[in-house]
Amino acid sequence: MRWHRPRPLASASVVALAAVLVLAGCGGKAPSSGGGGTSSGGELTLWTHNAGNKVELSLVQHIVDDYNATNPKAKVKLQAFPQAAYNDAVTAAATAKKLPCILDIDAPIVPNWAWAGYLVPLDLPQDLVGKQLPSTLGKWKDNLYSIGYYDAALALFARKSALDAAGLPVATIDKPWTAQQFDQGLAKLKASGKYPILFDLGTGDPTPEWWTYGYSPFLQSFGGDLIDRNSYTTASGVLNGDKALAWANWFQGLIKSKYTPAKSSSDAFADFVNGKSAMVWSGVWNATTIDKVKDGVVMPPPDFGTGPKIGGGSWQWGISSGCTNKSGALDYLKFSLQAKYLAQFANKLGLIPATDEAAAQAEGWGPNGARRFYLDESKKFAVIRPPTPGYPYITTTFAKAAQDIVAGGDPKKILDQAASNIDQNLKSNDNYGA
Amino acid sequence: MTTLDQAQAPSRAAPAAEKTRRPGLRRAGGYLVRFLLVVFFAFPLVFMFMSSLKPDEQIFADLSSIKAFLPVGDISLANYTGVFDTVPAGRFLLNSIVITTLIVLVGLLVNSMAAFALSRMRWRGKSVVLAAIIATLVVPFETFALPLLWWVNKLPWFLFQGGQLYYTTGWLDTYRVQIFPFLANAFSIYLFYSYFQSIPTTLDEAARVDGAGWFRIYRSVVMPLAGPAIATVAILTFLPAWNSYLWPLMVVQSENLRPVMVGISYFQQLKVLWGQIMAYSTLITIPVLVMFLALQRQFIRSIASAGVKG
Amino acid sequence: MAVTQETPATSGPRAATPAASGSTRRIRRRGEGLMGAAMVGPAVLLLIVFFFVPVALCFALAFTNARLISPEPAKIIGFENFSRLFGDPVFWKALRNTFYFAVVVVPLQSGFALLLALLVNARIRGVNFFRTMYFVPVVTSIVVVSILWKFMYQPDGLINHMLGALTFNVVQGTDWLNNLTAAMPAIMFMSIWQAVGFHMVIWLSGLQTIPGELYEAAELDGAGKWQQFRYITWPGLKATRTFILVTITIAALSLFAQINVMTQGGPLDRTSTVVFQAVRVGYGQQETAYASTISLVFFVLVLAVSLVQRYLTREKG
Repeated sequence: MRWHRPRPLASASVVALAAVLVLAGCGGKAPSSGGGGTSSGGELTLWTHNAGNKVELSLVQHIVDDYNATNPKAKVKLQAFPQAAYNDAVTAAATAKKLPCILDIDAPIVPNWAWAGYLVPLDLPQDLVGKQLPSTLGKWKDNLYSIGYYDAALALFARKSALDAAGLPVATIDKPWTAQQFDQGLAKLKASGKYPILFDLGTGDPTPEWWTYGYSPFLQSFGGDLIDRNSYTTASGVLNGDKALAWANWFQGLIKSKYTPAKSSSDAFADFVNGKSAMVWSGVWNATTIDKVKDGVVMPPPDFGTGPKIGGGSWQWGISSGCTNKSGALDYLKFSLQAKYLAQFANKLGLIPATDEAAAQAEGWGPNGARRFYLDESKKFAVIRPPTPGYPYITTTFAKAAQDIVAGGDPKKILDQAASNIDQNLKSNDNYGA
Repeated sequence: MTTLDQAQAPSRAAPAAEKTRRPGLRRAGGYLVRFLLVVFFAFPLVFMFMSSLKPDEQIFADLSSIKAFLPVGDISLANYTGVFDTVPAGRFLLNSIVITTLIVLVGLLVNSMAAFALSRMRWRGKSVVLAAIIATLVVPFETFALPLLWWVNKLPWFLFQGGQLYYTTGWLDTYRVQIFPFLANAFSIYLFYSYFQSIPTTLDEAARVDGAGWFRIYRSVVMPLAGPAIATVAILTFLPAWNSYLWPLMVVQSENLRPVMVGISYFQQLKVLWGQIMAYSTLITIPVLVMFLALQRQFIRSIASAGVKG
Repeated sequence: MAVTQETPATSGPRAATPAASGSTRRIRRRGEGLMGAAMVGPAVLLLIVFFFVPVALCFALAFTNARLISPEPAKIIGFENFSRLFGDPVFWKALRNTFYFAVVVVPLQSGFALLLALLVNARIRGVNFFRTMYFVPVVTSIVVVSILWKFMYQPDGLINHMLGALTFNVVQGTDWLNNLTAAMPAIMFMSIWQAVGFHMVIWLSGLQTIPGELYEAAELDGAGKWQQFRYITWPGLKATRTFILVTITIAALSLFAQINVMTQGGPLDRTSTVVFQAVRVGYGQQETAYASTISLVFFVLVLAVSLVQRYLTREKG
């Protein structure tokens, strides 16, 4: 007789099965009434994208705590997500009709989500909205869907010694470089041979959104654009016209002349700090890191024809359509837009405060403050990414086009293909209601 | 080839004379080759560990030299403490351990039963089921992840809370959604199936004579002898479960349910925290290594039957 | 692999109980049928719910114009997605790259794994250590591995430095991931590095089941080592070969994660693969239905390849 007593493993499996069933019950949320956004008790769920970003998360938590203290009836509950996974998480939740009441959204996505019916227009008083930087407002079809506490800005970071070697003056908002000046400066720098990389564009970042956010402003400075902003029904002519082609050739030229690597390292700014590059194209999120470089300077990009251009629009807050307590959510938003809170974001994160009032309260953002540069730059040069529901398609298409241009493909063919793809997508979606 | 000589050694008693004639140089050469291969396979991991001890800028500065593998410069555990600051690493590890262990254990039960039925029992539709199961090996997860997401949200579940039985739809944001889809696994079934075929059926007969039913045979005769197969399936299901990234990203919203791989995206903000990513990655590789080492002996012996039979 | 054949095992018990009468046998068989269904039940149910249904949905979506996010419900559009797919040059490039990858990686990885297995199938000191070290890359997440290798493939990265050092600067490295012809081989090298340990272990088990007497007999007959390998080892590994062939091929054709982190399909679509396209289109561009089309085509493709492989390696006779 060869029977053995049941092995521990088999018993463990059965126990595990029981555990799964029990745990599965515990792991989920309590069944909630209705679509989503609030559970019983007037709780407002709030989602934000900054899990992992201790400072920003604590700022939002601070506002939430203050609000809950003054409003014991409607409690706001915060849930944080990592930025890299945020959009996917929201989309998944939307598929399941389980969106939170209040959520922040990356500015260019707002029209897409508004069109999809995820968001409701915000009924905020005009005097509140009027104070905000235009790039912090998410509008689509004349409705306001989102409002932001801050904005970010791109800038050219360089070493003064490198500029001297290039024979370039320090560019300012009033006197940016011209395209020719920039080109000559780069050539001179190359001849001097002091730096392996002259102008690091940050092409090592694989995120498509960086490519659109970071490089479409150059396209716009040349006079091209991602889509025709008069009609929002076509990209032909703006994405593949002469001006756009000029941009593409310049962009590709940078790599061909070896001013910038086709694929920079995963962290271009670190390379800059380590002395590998003379200039780097980055943003206000490195405003404090530049201090590590002794003779570091921050400048606007060159003017390629229609004036220097930088990107605009960062994370903004909106209310989902499934929210069962929209007035409560709106109340929270109004509360959070107080100048003292906006100033905190500017202070602690170094991001551009959304209102002048907040700028006055924030350190270094006053009219002659150390950080004022970014605010002025944003006011003068910021161009928001096209507010159209077709943006997700446009951004992936443009990013791929830019990558192909960097890889050495035929600029005309690439731009034509991109424009035609975008047009086809617009058509198949009835121009997204434009 | 030296290796073949040595390969034969376990299976026969090599005459002593034969062994002493083998030149020591050849053996040294064999060691050298093996050791070079170790370097080849292990060096990125050395890099990962060393980088986890350095500040971000130094990681990049050291990249262009041998210093990338050496603990030089500003060495500290700052990244590790930073990891626990940035990410609830403890909670993530716990979640992953719980989820993965459940997938492995329940999977063992479910898949071995199925394999047993397929290999030793006779019933209608057996070949069809077997073929269908093998076909599932062909479809990669990413391709149907989205429809699965939509579908899983339509599934009902019963909760027992506050003394009442609730009926709820939607499995998002739970432990179960991270476990159930991965319990039945064609690869595991196939491995058990091959292994069971090598266990003689005379044992079944003996048990049957004593009046045992099929389940008894499964539980008390076949499974106790399947130790090596169990170890293999354990590690083969542990690995992908532990490394799952796409699915949890899509279905889990509450931070306290997230598994370990999703944590990596916490470090990828506007400013990426490279040193912390390295530290975190070192931390999450350790449990898997531990598991592999523990099961190594069993594992190697058990794959023996899987690859060969049938 | 005789997975679809009835195994002889099940005829054993019945043959061993000649005393059983016909009716008992019939009852037993019916009970067996029920029991069999009960035991295979949970797995089958789980597979139906969590695999077959979503896959069927996925394939059904290919005939609609469903989008990830849209205020309008999906409409059925028949084969439009397919004609769009087959007219899309990026898809064909992805297909070509996928096959290129598979055709190179499958033999290289299997061969290298066999070599490693032979190296660690020895009674030498520290063989456990070697085995573990060779397996370690398998155990590391592909996300981490991709990040590491991206560091290393840069023009001034480790790979080029090593190449220069090892060849005394005769061979100059290139900008691997941006070089049109070198990008895919770079990805191949990295993928093989990462997965070879796993298949090494499978080969290893196959080696250990070859009876030692065969080698003894061959030695006595005066066979050399190569002949021993060719006439004993290699044939003895036939079943292992098939298993490895099938699993490596499926894995190779499904190449995705490395591409996503390292090259995003570039440069100029040289490293784009079918699964990568499906994910990019479905998630990035929000065109769920089109992504389903790609997935359906992919499934048919891989199934066809697997069937052909199994046919070519079937047991003769």
